[in-house]
Amino acid sequence: MKKLVSLASTLAASLCVSTAALAQTEVSFYFPVAVGGPVTKIIDGYAAEFNKENPDLKVVPVYAGSYQETVVKALTAHKANKPPAAAILLSTDTFTLIDEDAIVPFDNFVKTDEERKWMKDFFPAFLLNGQIDNKTWGIPFQRSTVVMYWNKQAFKEAGLDPNTAPQNWEQLVSMGQKLTKRDASGNVERWGIQVPSSGFPYWLFQGFSTQNGAILANSEGTQVAFDDLKVIEALQFWVDLSQKYKIHPPGVVQWGTTPADFMQGKSAIIWTTTGNLTNIRKNAPFEFGVAMLPENVRRGSPTGGGNFFIFKKAPEAEQQGAFRFAKWLTQPERAAQWSIDTGYVAVSPAAYETQALKSYAADFPPAVVARDQLPFAVAELSTHDNQRVTKALNDGLQAALTGAKTPQQAMKDAQAEANRILRAYR
Amino acid sequence: MTARAYTAKPASSLTEAGWLGTLGAWVLAIAWILPLLYALWAAFHPAEYATTFSWSAPLTLDNFVAAWHAAPFPRYFLNTIILVTGILAIQLFLCTLAAYAFARYEFAGSNVLFSLMLVQLMVMPEILIVRNYQTLSSLGLVDTLFGIGLPYFASAFAIFLLRQTFKTVPKELVEAAQMEGASTLQILRHVYIPLAKPTYLAFSLVSVSHHWNNFLWPLVVSNSVESRPLTVGLQVFSSADQGIDWSIITAATLMTSAPLLIGFLIFQKQFVQSFMRAGIK
Amino acid sequence: MNINSKQLQAYLLLLPAFVFLVGFTHYPALATIFDSLMSTPRAGRAPVFVGLENYQVMIEDPVFWKSVTNNLWFALATIPLSMGIAIFMALWVNDKIAGRSFLRMSYFLPTVLPMIAVANIWIFFYTPDYGLINQALQLFGLKSQNFLGNPDLALASVTVVAIWKEAGFFMIFYLAALQTLSPSYREAAQIEGASKWYFFWKIQWPLLMPTTIFVLVNALINAFRMVDHIFVMTNGGPNNASSLLLFYLYEVGFKFWDRGYASALTMVLLAILAIVGLLQFFLLDKRTHYR
Repeated sequence: MKKLVSLASTLAASLCVSTAALAQTEVSFYFPVAVGGPVTKIIDGYAAEFNKENPDLKVVPVYAGSYQETVVKALTAHKANKPPAAAILLSTDTFTLIDEDAIVPFDNFVKTDEERKWMKDFFPAFLLNGQIDNKTWGIPFQRSTVVMYWNKQAFKEAGLDPNTAPQNWEQLVSMGQKLTKRDASGNVERWGIQVPSSGFPYWLFQGFSTQNGAILANSEGTQVAFDDLKVIEALQFWVDLSQKYKIHPPGVVQWGTTPADFMQGKSAIIWTTTGNLTNIRKNAPFEFGVAMLPENVRRGSPTGGGNFFIFKKAPEAEQQGAFRFAKWLTQPERAAQWSIDTGYVAVSPAAYETQALKSYAADFPPAVVARDQLPFAVAELSTHDNQRVTKALNDGLQAALTGAKTPQQAMKDAQAEANRILRAYR
Repeated sequence: MTARAYTAKPASSLTEAGWLGTLGAWVLAIAWILPLLYALWAAFHPAEYATTFSWSAPLTLDNFVAAWHAAPFPRYFLNTIILVTGILAIQLFLCTLAAYAFARYEFAGSNVLFSLMLVQLMVMPEILIVRNYQTLSSLGLVDTLFGIGLPYFASAFAIFLLRQTFKTVPKELVEAAQMEGASTLQILRHVYIPLAKPTYLAFSLVSVSHHWNNFLWPLVVSNSVESRPLTVGLQVFSSADQGIDWSIITAATLMTSAPLLIGFLIFQKQFVQSFMRAGIK
Repeated sequence: MNINSKQLQAYLLLLPAFVFLVGFTHYPALATIFDSLMSTPRAGRAPVFVGLENYQVMIEDPVFWKSVTNNLWFALATIPLSMGIAIFMALWVNDKIAGRSFLRMSYFLPTVLPMIAVANIWIFFYTPDYGLINQALQLFGLKSQNFLGNPDLALASVTVVAIWKEAGFFMIFYLAALQTLSPSYREAAQIEGASKWYFFWKIQWPLLMPTTIFVLVNALINAFRMVDHIFVMTNGGPNNASSLLLFYLYEVGFKFWDRGYASALTMVLLAILAIVGLLQFFLLDKRTHYR
């Protein structure tokens, strides 16, 4: 029976598309491996399994390095008219990919009711970065949010309830003050809280700005609101953590050393990606907790990570193959297993209803904190000429955090720079 | 310093470092190898000792095993070795021919061409990354080892060094070979090249260590594991989302520099002498 | 063999090397001038002539100016310090000194280590609170510093790494030169009863002048192309405090994909290198008088 169906589908394909479809269609799939070994094995496994179930297709994963390198490679290949059929790229690259005319929306492929339902089953927060002009350009796959890790031992030492993380900004400050420990000569032995600000501070800042009720960019990617009063207040709060309350290290804090600082006991609370969960679980010599970021006027965190894109210049048959692969990859069971194996957030609520993920979460509750936070999550900052606009904000944030500019001045300058860059796209 | 220098003057005072000099020299030396010492410490001890120092810390090779499996290092090693030897072989061949022409031929425009060649000593290919990247992509060579090596195939430095050496080859030797009916290329092969061996060795060491460590241009050109040399591989590996794990990164660092490091420790004299020779004009 | 065929042979010997020299040095340098006057091609939009617009953008770009001043400070610090330390190193290991070969090895070691690899180790040295330097500072009762996260210290921190990397390399050239100096100078000085300091300043230093110029030119070039460690340590931050010209050029060219503007930035670097080239020409000319 199964054979008959596959024969029939092959026949149908050959009639509809061309005789070439009878042969295997190769679907090249660029995948960013910034993490290393284990993930490549998982993806290789997926490709092999999919190819076995779909004899007319052959998915070939290409590991292209970091997100940055992968998008460069994909765009270069696109310009040379030899694009991959599909790729996982940063969801924030969507505008860049559209501006380069490199991708096609998924709406082109969605035909059946089942497929329409599939499109609606993702967490809405994860679709935000991929939906522009009422079209869905990217399907979420490897996604994360910012969460808060806290050191239960330090909480105990400071006389705090080790099982309760700060719930709002006030508690963050008051608990942070109790958690900050100084030696006799005033040197800090442990900071209350640490939020990294090197490399891509805008992403962590979106935690503060969202909690303060601000949205940084419009959904068309043509306007930003860096000098919005709520944004400036949010930045002022981040600056105050170190300059006014003295519970946060001064200057720019390295992203790379923040998990190490936490595990060394040098910071009692850190904000970082959910993707760090496995690492910290393995290496922290004390009990720790994971919580949603605290709220101010609301809760909030940006989403992060990569979407699945289909390339425009790939032949029709390859695009169709890529679409089938995308559907296959995001099935609830597979998304659940992916989340368990990697620590990334599973992309649909249905995945959290699977037995595998339910029992995993029962065993290790921190695994679902990121999911619980999703209803409060907003799109990661993304605009046209994204890298430049983001740099303008990053520079402004670092200027304020290092005391070179006031938050107000820093955001005013960042806004002016962003306006200059975005003028061409309005 | 001055008081001492003017009063105590034994006969050998100008060739012997005084106690102050010796102390200064040692302090500096230790400061200079401190990064390597730390790398050895962190790489050979478990992660909890990466930032604290204790004599009782147990030794381990786990970090090397973890690093080796965390990224495709065998492939990176292979890429770097192919790249470095390939560049060197082509450099030696092309630059020998060019140096020979500059050393022993008189031709119209030789001075102009020589000056044009020297421009590369100033303007290294990495300064021109933007344009050179376009050249590579129009040749379809982006993301290939060949493309990474291409801009370095002709080395002004090699041509310059070899030309100086070839110029010192006695004319009589060349004439004697000509009398025996040797062709130009035979003379080059049997007279010039053997006599220039120390220069070849010197340039080879300089070239190998430069390209083993080269980063910016390979970073721009390579996109996949198949073409990525060790330096870029290490950078991709150490900029992971999960932050820095010093035990594993120091292990990876030692691994990637081990061949050069071991080569350097064994052939220290030749290394230093080669660089010295390369530096003397 | 007549003149023509001999000349032809010379050109044929030069041809392969010159294909690559021209292809990757002269042609791109000239093409960059042209590119810097054109707009950046985007999807479906071919580049058009924009005159000096890219240079206009550059003059109004604060990050460009920040990178220029950073790079000048970087050069002003790395060049004299790495050369000065190199001279000390060379003088020491040229003397009879305890553990000479160990000292020479230690000094030279950074030269053979990949910058990209050791930069990770330097990050540990600079880490606040428990990093090696801060552990040492606290031992002496000093305050822990956030070296890479403080705009006043970030540039100095990456400069120190560059000096560490370069000094041993330059030492080699001085050592080579010292070893070729005739021993008769030293013997004469010894008879005169000159001090070490006096001997160095009055005899060795002037004789080392050609080497100093050679090293100076190298140090100048390196000051504008040593950026590997920036990628690992600071990414140019905080707020561009440690951004150098070539690093910014990389960002504009390969992160923003703005070819026109990147070409204008390349022209600035080429202009700087041309000045260094002229300086070398001028200094070397003097050197021949000196001899």
